[in-house]
Formats: sequence, structure tokens, C-alpha cells
Amino acid sequence: MDWTLYIYKTIFLFIILLVTLVVAMYSTYGERKVAAFMQDRRGPNRAGPFGLLQPLADGVKMFMKEEIIPLSANRVLFILGPSIAMTTALLTGVVIPWGGNLTIGGREFSMQIADLNIGILYVFAMVSIGVYGIMIGGWASNNKYALYGSIRAASQMISYELAMGMAIVALVITTGSLSLHEIVQQQHGMHWNVFYQPLGFLLFLTCAFAETNRAPFDLPECETELVGGYHTEYSSMKLGFYLFAEYINMFISSAVIATVYFGGYNMPFIDQLGLSPNALTLLGTAFFFMKIFFFIFLFMWVRWTLPRFRYDQLMNLGWKGLIPLAMFNIVATGVYYYFFELT
Amino acid sequence: MQQLTNRSKVVSDKKMTFLEKIYLPAIVKGMAITLKHFFRKKSTISYPEQTRPFSEIYRGQHVLKRDDLGRERCTACGLCAVACPAEAITMISAERKPGEENLYREEKYASTYEINMLRCIFCGDCEEACPKEAIFLTDRIVASEYKRDPFVYGKDILVEPLDPNKRIDVSKRQTESVLKFKQNKRFAHNK
Repeated sequence: MDWTLYIYKTIFLFIILLVTLVVAMYSTYGERKVAAFMQDRRGPNRAGPFGLLQPLADGVKMFMKEEIIPLSANRVLFILGPSIAMTTALLTGVVIPWGGNLTIGGREFSMQIADLNIGILYVFAMVSIGVYGIMIGGWASNNKYALYGSIRAASQMISYELAMGMAIVALVITTGSLSLHEIVQQQHGMHWNVFYQPLGFLLFLTCAFAETNRAPFDLPECETELVGGYHTEYSSMKLGFYLFAEYINMFISSAVIATVYFGGYNMPFIDQLGLSPNALTLLGTAFFFMKIFFFIFLFMWVRWTLPRFRYDQLMNLGWKGLIPLAMFNIVATGVYYYFFELT
Repeated sequence: MQQLTNRSKVVSDKKMTFLEKIYLPAIVKGMAITLKHFFRKKSTISYPEQTRPFSEIYRGQHVLKRDDLGRERCTACGLCAVACPAEAITMISAERKPGEENLYREEKYASTYEINMLRCIFCGDCEEACPKEAIFLTDRIVASEYKRDPFVYGKDILVEPLDPNKRIDVSKRQTESVLKFKQNKRFAHNK
């Protein structure tokens, strides 16, 4: 038994959990700030300096609210829904390589909790289970709006997961590996996958918006049509869990996009700096987080720019637009590698 | 018909071109607009810290003035109550007892004087009606409350403090024409 490794992994796991939660927490703050700035307002600025304590205040508010479970709701599933949403959202962070190797006391430790050789598939699996949280929650509420919301969520997820998977298939053709660690390693220098798979990146990004239920694809919780969508009947921290899960998903999606298409923790000219390996690793992690924050900002930027799609437009875009494009992308990539780059 | 603006566009249901169909150019254009707004100057005024400049003759919460010797000017004639279109003012008069000359300037004074701030429309007619220059509107804002009762302001709130340093300045309300009007001999007793 290698106890130091276990201790290191446990500590690292908690750090990642903490970081994920804090980033998600401050995403709510960032979202409100970005929204405000884009509408020529100031946003929250009362709780603490620049309103930085606003997420704490919101959390306290969520906990203090009355918890209502409708009489006609299925109690077990009603509680299970947000739990699944939250759990799966948190689970995805396990396979993401947050940085290179750290050397502590002469031993090398990887800044990745689990280097699965099917990392990408794991991410997809977790995201797919995430939809069960929404489905179960919406169905258990015994409310037609909630049910509509969850049905929309389910069909949207299925439609967009296809295109997303196909975008990744094309990527896997170029990388030849499903392990996130290896994909990042291959992108060392400026060999970021986005330059080899620009179409794939666009498809993946669009599908990521749909997968996280963010505008312009936020139909499952579309306020103007469905009251609150799948979380209509939810109150207190169970509602908080759903909202929080959305922000965690956003963080994880940004991390996955940054890992898979934008070189993860690789940064340009890193070899020329001449720093010690540990410093380089930490610098890379910092750079990785900068990429993630940029994508989180992109998510918010798009949300406060574009109006929501109509449902038939959403399905049209998914089935008639993205999936054929993704197939074309696979074929084009395959042809290129078969004829021009025999490996 | 004459056009009101030059921004109107004739709507047509023509087929979308390829560039429009892939949405991306339009999305980029839209995102450029929002990004421009991101760095634009905010139009918010952070209220309690910053305030909009008030008009010189803003009509806010009333004040019942004292004269130079600190005596209440109001003589409870009731003209303000009569002038009030919202019927917000009520008062009860009382006679000044010997020994109270340092409190009230006139022989008759208002023992209670109440303005219902929920009824008041801040028109300033009370101020205009007052022959004693006792009531003025000021640039102070009536504070918000949770219940209705506290909005009936009594003399404890309306009468200005005795301390000469804490007097409420109403000189801005007395524009040139007002001062000129008050030069009238009929009001000479009111000096």
C-alpha cells in the first residue's frame, strides 16, 4: 500500500472539490456582474467590497428559506433529483488534468485525480447521468410545467449529445487517445487541437451550451413559457442545488473545452522561461484557470447577448445543422489522416 | 406618411442567405455590441452615497421655522390647512400663557400641528398661503416607513431645532420675486 499517494490524492481531491465549489459560487457573482455591465448597470456592490460577499449572502438566503415539498410530489424522487444533479456535476472534475507533475520530497505527483484511459467517455457518461437529475426532479414535482421542462431537457440533451460525441470522435481521430492526460500532453507547445479541429471546436462549444442548459438553449427552465421549468416546485437549498449544479457544469464544461481544444495547462513559450519544474507546473495550472475563466466569461457573454431559441429551431439546429456538420467533420478528418498522414 | 425616424425597415419573409443561416456572423456582431456596452460608462447613481443635484427650489419635507430669538413663528391661523388641496394639514390652536413669550412669537400658537405626508402632494401652497413665513418646503426627502402611522408628522419632526447651528436653511426657496412680494407693507409686522 502506497500511503503517501493515498494521502496526496485525498488532499488533492478536497482541494479540487473546494475550488470547484468556490468557482461555481463566484460564477453566480460573475454572472450578475457581467449581466449588469452589459446592460450599463453596476451589479451587486453592497455586500462587502465590490459586492464580493454577495454569493455568501445568497447562500445564507437559500438555506434560510422555507423548504416546501408539494403534497402530490413523490418525496423520495423529489429529493433525489437535485442530489443527482449536484453529485454528477461534482464527479466530472475527477478526470480533468489540472496541471502537470508536482515534485514533493523527491516524488512526482500528478495534478490529476484519476488518469482514466477513457477520460473523455467518463465525462460524457457523467454529463448524461446529469440529465437524470433534471428528469427525475421535474417528474417527481407532479407539475405540468416541471414535466414539460424535464421533457425538454431530456430531448435536448439526447439531440445535442450526439453532435457533441461526434465532434469528439473527430478529435479522437487526430489525437489517437481517449485519455485527457495524453490529449493535453500532445498539445504541448502551440499544437492546440483548436487549430486542427476548428469546426469540431465550434460544434463542441455549441453543444456545451445546450448540455449545460445555458442561454440561448435554456429551454428546460425557460421562464417566459414554463414558469420555472423543471425546478418550478423547488424551493430553499434544493433549488439552490439545481442552480449551483448549473454553475458547476459550466465550470467543468469550460475546463473540458480548455483541456481538449485549448491545450489544457500548456502555455506558449513555457520551455523558454527556464523555471524549476514545480514553478512551471503551478504556472501552467494558473494559465489553465485563466483559460477556464475566459470560457466561463464566454458562456455568460453569449447568455446576455443572444435571445432564447424557439423549441423547433433548437431541434432543427441540432438534428439538421450540427449532426450533419459533425458527420462531415468526422469524414473529412478521417480522409485527411487516411490519405495524407499515414501514421 | 411622414417617417418619424430613419430607422424603420420594411419587413420581408425572404429566405435566409447562407451567411444568415449559419448564425455565426450575426452572433459575433451581437457579441461585439454587448462587449462595447461592457466597457461603457454606467448610468447608475449609487443613491445613498451619490445623489442627483437637487433643484434650487425642490419641494420636499416641510419645516416649521422659528424666528431669530428661537420662537415659533406659526400662529395657527389655519390658512395653510385651507390652502392645502390634499387636506393634509390639521392643527389645534392654543393661547399663549404669560411666561411663554420666549417660546411662541404670537399670542396664539399651534399646540399640535400635523401634516400627513401620505396625503401631501408637495405643491407648496401652504408655504404660499402662510402670512407668518412659518412653513417652508425644503430639499429634505421624506423617509420611508413600514407602516402608515409614522407618516403623520407632528411638531416634533416639523419644527426646526432651537440650536442656531442646526436651523434649516430655506433661503433658496425665497427667490427674488418672493422676497419682493414680501417687501409689501401689509407684511411689515412680520419682520
